[in-house]
Amino acid sequence: MKARPERWRAVVTYLQVAPLVTVFGAFLVFPIVLITVVSFWDYTEYAIVPDFIWRNYAEVLASAVTYRTYLSTLKFAALTWAITLVLGFTVAYFLAFHVRTLKWQMTLFLICTIPFWTSNIIRMISWIPFLGRNGIINSALMSTGLVHQPLEFLLFSEFSTVLAYVHLYTLFMVVPIFNSMMRIDQSLIEAAGDCCATAWQTICTVVMPLSKPGIAIGSIFVVTLVMGDFVTIRLMSGGQSASVALMISNQLAYLQYPAAAANAVVLLIVVLLIVAAMMKIVDVRKEL
Amino acid sequence: MARRDRQSGQRRGGTGLSRRKMLKGAAALAGVAAGWGAIRGFPLIWAQNIKNVTLRQFGTGVSNINEIAAKAKEDLGITLEMAALDSDAVVQRAVTQPRSFDVIDSEYWMLAKIVPSGNLQPMDTEKIKLFDKIVPIFTKGELAGKPIASQGTAPFKVSYLSGPESKEFSKMPTRWFTLVPTIYNADTLGIRPDLVGKIDSWKELLNPKFKGKASILNISSIGIMDAAMVCESMGEVKYGDKGNMTKEEIDKTMKVLTEAKKAGQFRAFWKTFDESVNLMTSGEVVIQSMWSPAVTAVRSKGVPCEYVALKEGYRAWAAGLGLSKALSGLERDAAYEYINWYLSGWVGAFLNRQGYYSAVLETAKANMTADEWGYWMEGKPAQSDIKDPFGKVMEKAGAVRDGGAFETRMGAVACWNAVMDENRYMVQKWNEFVAA
Repeated sequence: MKARPERWRAVVTYLQVAPLVTVFGAFLVFPIVLITVVSFWDYTEYAIVPDFIWRNYAEVLASAVTYRTYLSTLKFAALTWAITLVLGFTVAYFLAFHVRTLKWQMTLFLICTIPFWTSNIIRMISWIPFLGRNGIINSALMSTGLVHQPLEFLLFSEFSTVLAYVHLYTLFMVVPIFNSMMRIDQSLIEAAGDCCATAWQTICTVVMPLSKPGIAIGSIFVVTLVMGDFVTIRLMSGGQSASVALMISNQLAYLQYPAAAANAVVLLIVVLLIVAAMMKIVDVRKEL
Repeated sequence: MARRDRQSGQRRGGTGLSRRKMLKGAAALAGVAAGWGAIRGFPLIWAQNIKNVTLRQFGTGVSNINEIAAKAKEDLGITLEMAALDSDAVVQRAVTQPRSFDVIDSEYWMLAKIVPSGNLQPMDTEKIKLFDKIVPIFTKGELAGKPIASQGTAPFKVSYLSGPESKEFSKMPTRWFTLVPTIYNADTLGIRPDLVGKIDSWKELLNPKFKGKASILNISSIGIMDAAMVCESMGEVKYGDKGNMTKEEIDKTMKVLTEAKKAGQFRAFWKTFDESVNLMTSGEVVIQSMWSPAVTAVRSKGVPCEYVALKEGYRAWAAGLGLSKALSGLERDAAYEYINWYLSGWVGAFLNRQGYYSAVLETAKANMTADEWGYWMEGKPAQSDIKDPFGKVMEKAGAVRDGGAFETRMGAVACWNAVMDENRYMVQKWNEFVAA
């Protein structure tokens, strides 16, 4: 008599999980399997040929361009991660501990999302009249006499690329860190104060460790977004820098699907390794 | 849906064939009448039976001009479903999805990839009424009696097929044609004359005077040819055929370009039309490889821009309409009718007014004013303001077209857009250059 409701409960659980499993299976697992399969196929100028060859991987892994591109993509990811982390942590800290009322916290938080009200592409393009040779910044600097030649490095450079990434992705850092900070028991901060800890000591020994899950989640967002980007890098570097995803998109354009698939599988593995390393440092689930 | 039903109906029904034959006859008769009207510039009667047919067309060039679809609907009753794609996507779709289109608007260089796939149906030149009037660049490989440059994928080399089922190009004229030309042009460098001054050679693109202010287009198959024009004029590299380079020639070209890139010669690379316009109007770039309508777009924003005639000549390109392998029956008749209509003058005038060239010049001329014809085609100063097809003033009275008359510009073509035998190697080297 007891077994039936339990079995019934098991069925209900499976039913509850089913929609998510179906969606993930159809739109995540299946495409990845397909990409992996195609990455072993052969191709010609105008057709892809089912086969089992390692040539695509050999070409990806033997090419110096691959390593140079990965290096530059990783460099962009690291720079963006470091800057967004500092910015995101500061903003979240200010929102969580310096703004007193919930009403203002929410208001200021919404203000942080304003850049997301316009499309990604428009946000990037609007940097051009701002940073360009005849742009606002250069005109201002020239008219105040600070510089005599327009600063060329402001646009179509690594600087502008990182700037755009930071502009686009800082919010992805702010949100999870803010979320973690809001869960910190206020009495812990007070206790630290009672023990004569300075504000800096409180941040380092209390707030930072307790915000680790937020930092980890934000880092995963930022790093995976930068690793997979091919639009920002092209527009902001003026097409003069490459990224791994841009390499894949070029291969797709030349009908080299299997080569692109092999490249995508390698990128997926690299990103998964990075994410795994982050999860190793911070157990997100335990600390949530 | 209706379209598919009709097709299957014909296939199933025994009377389908005879009905189709009858329709063909009717179309031919009507076409003759239409052809006569067209030459006089007033296409009045077109075949009636092709009304309500829908043709799916996709491509790069003329496929994003909705006015042409609207006019075709008005004159022929045909509905054109147009889709504009970038060049890589056109090749991709033509090769992988032959059933997804009826008419393709393809560039000639793409044919080297599309024709071997067997997805293109050879066109019967006898059904093209004005075939003899098509500019001989395409039909004979010459212009005004002089042979046209054959470096790269010159249209003449890929215009004819050896038979009605063929996947092989024929060197000599045959009855079977790949594409009926729609638009073509001669490309060169665009400059800001106010910031650059006078130049007369492709080598100026890498002149250190313009360091940090130059740009080249980042579509490898076209960019490499612009690069080759530059390297050749600098005397750095000698080419057998710029449109079909050897590995060694590719290496040398990319070496020159990579050194220039590392020295900071380029401000940016561009991939789309808008990017090239923005780079020029914002003053980020003062000299770059450019497309003709982009020059017009820069000028229409009040920024001076010149499409300079250079002594080494132009890099030319051409596009045309072809038929899908899957096309048959009434739809095929409609497609032929559409192509005949295309050559009959209205479209030609429309395209000429945008600064392109059209396939049959005399019918286009009949649809343009003498002043328009003089400005666009004969290199004469405009008598009054020159307007684009949408009525916007493009040039003030007195202006002369950059590079001059049709025969001067097209006669000075040095090479054609192409796909090389070493394409894969070239793409790889180009990607290295971008990542360098």
